Amino acid sequence: MSMELDVFVGNTTIIDEEVYQLWLDGHSVSDAVRMRLESDALSECEASGEVLHSDTMDQYRTFQMCERLLHCPSKLANQLLFQIPAHRQAMLIERYYEFDHTFAREVLGKKLSKGTKKDLDDISLKTGVALKSCRRQFDNFKRVFKVVEELKGPLVENVQHHFLLSDSLARDYAAVVFFANSRFETGKRKLQYLSFQDFAFCAGQLISYWTVGAVDNMMEDMDVDLEKEFLHDLKDLKVLVNDKDMLDQHKSLVCYQLKGKIKAFSEMEANFKNLSRALINIASKLTNTKDVRDLFIDLVEKFIEPCRSDKWTVGDLTLFLTHYTSTAHTLEMFRFQILWERYMGVIKSCILKMYHD
Amino acid sequence: MPGKLKAKIVAGRHLPVMDRASDLTDAFVEVKFGNTTFKTDVYPKSLNPQWNSEWFKFEVDDEDLQDEPLQITVLDHDTYSANDAIGKVYIDIDPLLSSEAATVISGWFPIYDTIHGIRGEINVLVKVELFNDLNRFRQSSCGVKFFCTTSIPRCYRAVMVHGFVEELVVNEDPEYQWIDRIRTPRASNEARQRLISLMSGELQRKIGLKVLEMGGNAVVGYLQCFDLEGESGLVVRAIGTACTLDKLSNTYTPATAINPCNSSPSKDIKDSPQAVPSALGCRSTHSSPVHSASSRLSQGFSVSVPTLLFAGMGSGGSAGKEAGPLKALLRQQTQTALEQREFPFFTLTSFPPGFLLHVGGVVSARSVKLLDRIHNPDEPETRDAWWEEIRQEIKSHAKALGCHAVVGYSESTSICEEVCILSASGTAAILSSRFMQDSALDTEHRFEDLMSPGCAFCHIPYDELNMPFPAQLTYCHCCRRYKVPDVLFTTIDLPTEANVTGKGCLIQARLCRTKKKAQGEGNATAISNLLPFLEYELHTQLMNKLKLRSMNALFGLRIQISVGENMLLGLASATGVYLTALPSPGGIQIAGKTPSDITYEQHISNMQKKINDTIAKNKELYEINPPDLVEEVIGSPIPEPRQRSRLFRSHSESSDEVSELDLSHGKKDAFVLEIDDTDAVEDIHSLLTDAPTPPGFYSCNTEIMPGIYNWTSALQMFTSVRVFRLSNVNLTNQGLNKVFNDLCENLLKSLYFKLRSMVPCCLCHVNFTVAVPEDELIQVAVTAVAMSFDKDQTQENGRQSIDKNLMKAITENEDQLQFPLELSAESSSNPLNSAKGLSEVSGPLPSARAPSVDYSSFTDRCSSWIEQLRLKAHTIRCGSIKTMSSLEKASPLPEGRSRSLRSNRSYAGSSVTVVKMTPLSFIPGTKIIKYLGIINMFFIRETTSLREEGGVSGFLHSFIAEVFAMVRAHVAALGGNAVVSYNMKECVFMENPNKNQAQCLINVSGDAVIFVRESELEATPPQPHSASAQTSSSGEGT
Repeated sequence: MSMELDVFVGNTTIIDEEVYQLWLDGHSVSDAVRMRLESDALSECEASGEVLHSDTMDQYRTFQMCERLLHCPSKLANQLLFQIPAHRQAMLIERYYEFDHTFAREVLGKKLSKGTKKDLDDISLKTGVALKSCRRQFDNFKRVFKVVEELKGPLVENVQHHFLLSDSLARDYAAVVFFANSRFETGKRKLQYLSFQDFAFCAGQLISYWTVGAVDNMMEDMDVDLEKEFLHDLKDLKVLVNDKDMLDQHKSLVCYQLKGKIKAFSEMEANFKNLSRALINIASKLTNTKDVRDLFIDLVEKFIEPCRSDKWTVGDLTLFLTHYTSTAHTLEMFRFQILWERYMGVIKSCILKMYHD
Repeated sequence: MPGKLKAKIVAGRHLPVMDRASDLTDAFVEVKFGNTTFKTDVYPKSLNPQWNSEWFKFEVDDEDLQDEPLQITVLDHDTYSANDAIGKVYIDIDPLLSSEAATVISGWFPIYDTIHGIRGEINVLVKVELFNDLNRFRQSSCGVKFFCTTSIPRCYRAVMVHGFVEELVVNEDPEYQWIDRIRTPRASNEARQRLISLMSGELQRKIGLKVLEMGGNAVVGYLQCFDLEGESGLVVRAIGTACTLDKLSNTYTPATAINPCNSSPSKDIKDSPQAVPSALGCRSTHSSPVHSASSRLSQGFSVSVPTLLFAGMGSGGSAGKEAGPLKALLRQQTQTALEQREFPFFTLTSFPPGFLLHVGGVVSARSVKLLDRIHNPDEPETRDAWWEEIRQEIKSHAKALGCHAVVGYSESTSICEEVCILSASGTAAILSSRFMQDSALDTEHRFEDLMSPGCAFCHIPYDELNMPFPAQLTYCHCCRRYKVPDVLFTTIDLPTEANVTGKGCLIQARLCRTKKKAQGEGNATAISNLLPFLEYELHTQLMNKLKLRSMNALFGLRIQISVGENMLLGLASATGVYLTALPSPGGIQIAGKTPSDITYEQHISNMQKKINDTIAKNKELYEINPPDLVEEVIGSPIPEPRQRSRLFRSHSESSDEVSELDLSHGKKDAFVLEIDDTDAVEDIHSLLTDAPTPPGFYSCNTEIMPGIYNWTSALQMFTSVRVFRLSNVNLTNQGLNKVFNDLCENLLKSLYFKLRSMVPCCLCHVNFTVAVPEDELIQVAVTAVAMSFDKDQTQENGRQSIDKNLMKAITENEDQLQFPLELSAESSSNPLNSAKGLSEVSGPLPSARAPSVDYSSFTDRCSSWIEQLRLKAHTIRCGSIKTMSSLEKASPLPEGRSRSLRSNRSYAGSSVTVVKMTPLSFIPGTKIIKYLGIINMFFIRETTSLREEGGVSGFLHSFIAEVFAMVRAHVAALGGNAVVSYNMKECVFMENPNKNQAQCLINVSGDAVIFVRESELEATPPQPHSASAQTSSSGEGT
């Protein structure tokens, strides 16, 4: 005695968002049924396990059939098999491409290759995200990466156009793609305290200011890579630390501005040359791919950690970086104003984002 | 050379990868009609080919145009080996042959393969140029319109209803031809699909010819079925009602002819004795089965099964006494008009006002045949004779009920191996001659008087001394003048003018009976011996359940009997209602046979209590509060109703006490259930195991639910299929019953759960079909539509929307004419002043419009960002998107209309038209402005990788979704945005899990239409050109 076949098909495809989430989270049908039975939301329907099982099976089948279309979201809009209202289509796509930040944090900066895919079980164990879900998220990263990698024009918009995602989600994907492409080091122990959101913010800054597309909108070039020329020019900033007079002048200007305004003034005064040197060194080394990858670890080791050990507050740091940047303009001999602004603007916002416990 | 068919292949998209090496496809298209084939060029290395072909022209007879489908095959070119077929599209060009339907077929069609399902889409343009044909002896019947809708289609009026048309064609089933052993499953499936398409075309053409012969121009209630007889052949048969229809050029100004009832309802009925003509009663009874004992064994084997008449009625004797001579004459006329017809049958289930005078009861006939005894299986004669026999029987049953016509007529079969059960059923009725050919009298005036009030159709006119079987009669609770039966069963929809108390509900009787496996005649005899019992028990169950819900009438009764190797399944579905005119049903009283044991008595009293509780609960649930007598008297527009009724009683032979007792709603007539054996206990249990519908849900199997009027536009049509395997072979009848009952109940429960987001909502037109596909399998398929309604709106408002929907043209006029009269005459607006009958239906303020509908509900509510994105992202668009934009541009209509277009096309970037599907003949809150033609599609899907496709459920799930998609695509290509009267007539599922194989056949039908929102219609001035604008613009859209 058993139900051999049990299907329900609506002219308008019925999608239960809760079940969709359970499916996306990688739960098996029986798990999903159990969780739905336990949830309060359905208690008023007095649905039996049998009814829920049948419903869950229908939903899961629908999702499986839709999955092929979700891989290319623009297809969902002009396919004929499922009649899904537009706002539900948007929901399906958005949810399918949403990812766990803890998971993304683990994959960030790694090569989106088969090798990494093999490590997914470890990541699943570590993050508590079900393996199935990890695979979906990883495949999404890979798919998005593959499509936008070769495309010209702004990265975020490319992601949005091809995958019909919301602005914020497209930005997150842009960050993932950007990190994967430049292979930034994010896995070091010292970087562990940084969240996906921290990195995503930094990626946004880098994409907005340091790539080719950032300076010239008309340039039909890729947004995924940092501008080579800019990185090369950064060497010129060395003058700020190599020229002793300039360094001293810079320091005195900053100190003058900050006196009485920050708590860690004495520490700043003592450390100014080291800090400045650290920032300029990072800049000058960025021509080297290896050093580009180490951008974040360098920022933490060379700048953030010293500040932290001196117990700078965020306010202190903000003031310091603001004036550190602005006073350079008043240096007579300093000719690289635009370059300096472009570099420090990003560095400042990245550091401030990264400066927390 | 009466016609030229032109086809153009525009483009393809989402094609499958056919060349693994390049991950691409070299696609080309073959376009075939009849024996002519054209080919497009090969479009190399693309999954989105742009053929943009020339116009392929086929010069053909219109006979072929009707029979043949246009066959489009998409192939992958292969230099070295044979070209691989990607899939096919069959396009029925019949809609293009009628001047009033579609003018062009243009759009994306899913490319369908019987093994792989849908594989991409193809954009096609098809046009037809017809030349005038002066040949009188032509074989074609181009121009005859077909409608699946079982009522007069919304934008037409009936000039004449000619009557029954039927046809049947037979062919060898390709699946059983010798060649099938050597050809691929794909070739075999395609041969079958093509054959059925051809046969349907031929059938339609032949029926069209009959219609033309009768002088009609349309077939309404067209029902086409397939019988897969196996070895003996494949039968396609169809029945319908021939009509002459007139298109209402503007639905706002109905022709006067349709409105003979304009001024009458405010007149007091007593002035015109013929106003309530020979009322027919119907008495549901199982105590007197009417046998038709003709067991002919002439050709092969045939058993005519004793048939139960679910209702009885006498000749119109007593009515004749009261009615004037005019009425008698009229009746005679109608009778003769009908008698000239071989079968006075009508497949309609709802009727133009004034057409249906009286409803008798349900008449049905069944007969068991042996398919292997057909002498020449390839000829239709034998089957024709079988159906002839059945129809004769139905006709004689109707006659026995004193009725001259059968309405709500349908036919069906159930086949198991070589045994075939033929069934026919309908409702015996008396019709007005108004729409009949032979009515010679000038009808205009007479029918004004004849407009029947809401209770007339259930009046019993018959001579109580001469009743065919015992019936409990009472005076009509509405008018108190004529007698009515205590219970009424019918196969039709609830007449719009009927007075109903409370709401209705779906009532099902389910039964399973084991049968010994047998062969040939023995088997047939065994089945025919079982059938009467099955019907009897189904009837008892229906009756009990009706009483339990405190209701007194069933509409839309459909009894399906399905035969398997070792069991018979019976499923009766109907919508129960409380007709105000009929007496309140008594309760159910349980009586024990042996009242000796105390525990036994206690048991019985417990059960009695449970039953009483359920009845009370149901009364509350369905809002059945039969009007209090006193109130009724006060509100009644007929002065001194009691006196009047007494007066009438003295005229007729009825006994005084009956009416006295019944008027008091006494418990005296309680229905007694005797518990004398286990069967009875089982009956009672099954009574009480039916779970009530969850709060917020209603269900019915008729078009509309009495008591609910304020529908919103939220609509969800669905199909659900379940197959249950009985692993325990030695099941008893009780065990089987329980399994079957649970299967249906659980299915309903699941439906309620799935549709919970639509609450408050009603499942309408719930259509169950059962089958026994294999030894231990029970298959149940349900197709229905869930419609949300607005709880907060007042009844008054709601009433109106139903008017809008159902009475259409008539009410528009009536409102204006009648309302002032109504106001002055009976401003108390007592809902029970039902003697006037129409007052409730036609009374609403003309100014108050139907509730405005939130049509933006879901399609429009897409977030803006994604809309913009799509605009940007979708740069490559072809074919239909161009059509869309040109549609919008070309549309000369004001804001309201173009808004609807946009809402249908969901958003600018998407090229997929939203197509609504519903088994009903209308969509609430909308007006159908054009019928584009009939949709009649037959698909086969087969798989040899069942597990890989997600097992049987995965397989069927995707197949049903594909069928929906193909129906929608065809409708959209015709320029439509909805399918009404949608019906899944066949879903034959076969599996062989061991071989990892499964096969399924699905046959669907419906009417493709264009609808517009009523709210938008009102925003724009009524414009006669709205329909033509739509056509022309969609025509231009290329």
